[in-house]
Amino acid sequence: MSKLKLIIEREFIAKVRNKSFIVMTFLSPLIMVGMGFLVYFLMKKNNEKVKEIVYIDNSGLFSKEDFKDSKTVHYLDFTSKGIEDTKQKVEQGNYYGALIIPKQDSLELLAKSIEFYSKDSPGMSVMNALENKIETKIRNQKLNDFGIDINKINASRIQSDIKMYNFSGEESSKLINGLKIGVGAIAGYFLMMFVMIYGTSVMRSVIEEKTSRIIEVIVSSVKPFQLMLGKIIGNASAGLLQFFIWGILIFILGTLATSLLGINMAEMQTANLSAEQLEAAKNVAGGDKMQVLIQEVLRLPLLILFVLFIFYFLGGYMLYSSLFAAVGAAVDNETDTQQFMLPIMLPLILGVYVGFATVINDPHGPISVAFSHIPLTSPIVMLMRVPFGVTWTELAISMSLLLITFTFMVWLAAKIYRVGILMYGKKPTYKDLYKWLKYKG
Amino acid sequence: MSNLLEINNVVKNYGDFRALNNVSIHIPKGSVYGLLGPNGAGKTSLIRIINQITMPDKGTIFLDGEPLSPKHTADIGYLPEERGLYKSMKVGEQALYLAQLKGLSKSEAKKRLKYWFEKFDISAWWNKKIEELSKGMAQKVQFIVTVLHQPKLLIFDEPFSGFDPINAQLIAQEILKLRDEGATIIFSTHRMESVEEMCDEIALINKSNKILDGKLDDIKREFRTNTFQVGLHTSNAKEVESQLKEKFEVFPPDFKLLGNELTLSVKLGRQDSANDLLAFLTNRGEVQHFVELIPSANDIFIQAVNKNN
Repeated sequence: MSKLKLIIEREFIAKVRNKSFIVMTFLSPLIMVGMGFLVYFLMKKNNEKVKEIVYIDNSGLFSKEDFKDSKTVHYLDFTSKGIEDTKQKVEQGNYYGALIIPKQDSLELLAKSIEFYSKDSPGMSVMNALENKIETKIRNQKLNDFGIDINKINASRIQSDIKMYNFSGEESSKLINGLKIGVGAIAGYFLMMFVMIYGTSVMRSVIEEKTSRIIEVIVSSVKPFQLMLGKIIGNASAGLLQFFIWGILIFILGTLATSLLGINMAEMQTANLSAEQLEAAKNVAGGDKMQVLIQEVLRLPLLILFVLFIFYFLGGYMLYSSLFAAVGAAVDNETDTQQFMLPIMLPLILGVYVGFATVINDPHGPISVAFSHIPLTSPIVMLMRVPFGVTWTELAISMSLLLITFTFMVWLAAKIYRVGILMYGKKPTYKDLYKWLKYKG
Repeated sequence: MSNLLEINNVVKNYGDFRALNNVSIHIPKGSVYGLLGPNGAGKTSLIRIINQITMPDKGTIFLDGEPLSPKHTADIGYLPEERGLYKSMKVGEQALYLAQLKGLSKSEAKKRLKYWFEKFDISAWWNKKIEELSKGMAQKVQFIVTVLHQPKLLIFDEPFSGFDPINAQLIAQEILKLRDEGATIIFSTHRMESVEEMCDEIALINKSNKILDGKLDDIKREFRTNTFQVGLHTSNAKEVESQLKEKFEVFPPDFKLLGNELTLSVKLGRQDSANDLLAFLTNRGEVQHFVELIPSANDIFIQAVNKNN
């Protein structure tokens, strides 16, 4: 036990003292906060720039009312200036684009013959807005032709807000659903990042011991399994410390920057929410937004979430990093790791992909359920599903499968590790790895 | 003298390849034991088994009368042929870490390290990183961490590689001193002159089998060919040579003497004694040189391996 402690301590100190670790610990939050603000300012700049669109309406159908200026787009009526002249002006770059509405006999024909000219390709949002305006106008015109009163149609529009309940008596709202997605996605993504960064760091540490040839001295004092375990735990501790510092620094820097640069946090948050989430947020209680958010967060089963997060996080990290350690032991240098990395990375990426693609839409669908039981993807997918409520039976099956696989994989990795660390020279194949598994003690 | 290490009928397979075939070796307490053999013979496999880095498929090993078990790692010091240290770790920290892994307390390790660092005059390196040291300097540190915990059994695999002759001499002296202080030493090398210099007993492993073992002197005696180098001052060299050829097997000389004596290597038959040859020579001139050709460790090595192949 004391030897394991010594190894963990050494791995931790070696990692933490590493210059690139120190630089990354303090630079990453700066870069992340900096990037966040860069994106924010660019978006703001983008929104502040007004686009001027000119239109020529030869149909006589549209009026100034139909082309109301928005915050970012202004419309100018150039009907009197003639098509050629207008096109020329747009080409010279005086205006963002020109909308040409010709005269046609029928509304159907008109809908298909409207043209837009611009110097550069127009943005999607601009085109959607234009098409929307035209479609609404033509539809209204047609309704009018059919003798239907548009005011009545408008008055008939009603919005329904379905309240969602489950049988444990929990009321859920769209906001809390959004929160569940957020919590699950962050947990899953966090795990993937952690495994990728610190799993490969375990691998590099194994390769370093091989290339510096200290490994034989070490394994004459401790069991290879102890060494592997010490490495995995030592690197994870350094990783947790780094993530912890990142969290604090990002919070501090973010708060500092927002207050110094005078950025409205609420504006930033709402910018990221979809319209319906915004609507939901407004509807709930009607009180202070932040307070509502906190109330909703507290309604999540936080303790269970936390315990499960720890379980899947540890299980997932240990499972993957022992595989990384085995890969590190099998090769002599980092370039040789490629062929063994793919099968490890694949389930990890698949987990995140499945998580984002299916769990968010259908947390209890067959794909989500299946992948939250397959041990290599379960840590990520199950973490994403847990906020939506997973039955204890499912959890028990998924957790025991993970435990069994974890034990088996660590045993397997330790066998490869034990033989691999003393093998030099030849780049091993999968066949070699299989042979190593059969070596006795 | 009792044995510190007894290896009995050890077999080790790697898949289909048999690395050690029924190898038995007994190493007396307080001796320097040479473990010799060509590349790939199985020496490293045997050393790794003694260090419990791998386990034998069959056979038993006793250290100081007890079956070898994990607690014995503290009783063994191992300097592998493929050796190195953590490059970016400081010398002192690294030595402390390795010593603690061998079971020393931090304070005890510090005390002993201070002694050795002063002895080798390397105290100034304590806070340097290994990557800042030359290869020879790093080897010195490595030697210290091997012997620091004062193990009963020390295993040196090619201990002199990477050392200049002066430092190699220093290390050789230290090894012999450790033996005199009671340690038992396994010494694996290709450098036969250091075998002559240091080993009390040897074992020769070839193609996974032990083909020879015992006291170096006994083995040399066994490998004697009853051949003598002869230098004779005579006026009638040609006739003496032809007379010699009638009685004994005669080879051209593989040595040189001053002056123009008759020089030859003479191999005696089984029934002949050295005195017979000497009497023959003294009757025919003045004997200047008369030495029995003792096989060197190098000769024995080559001869035994070739015969086994």
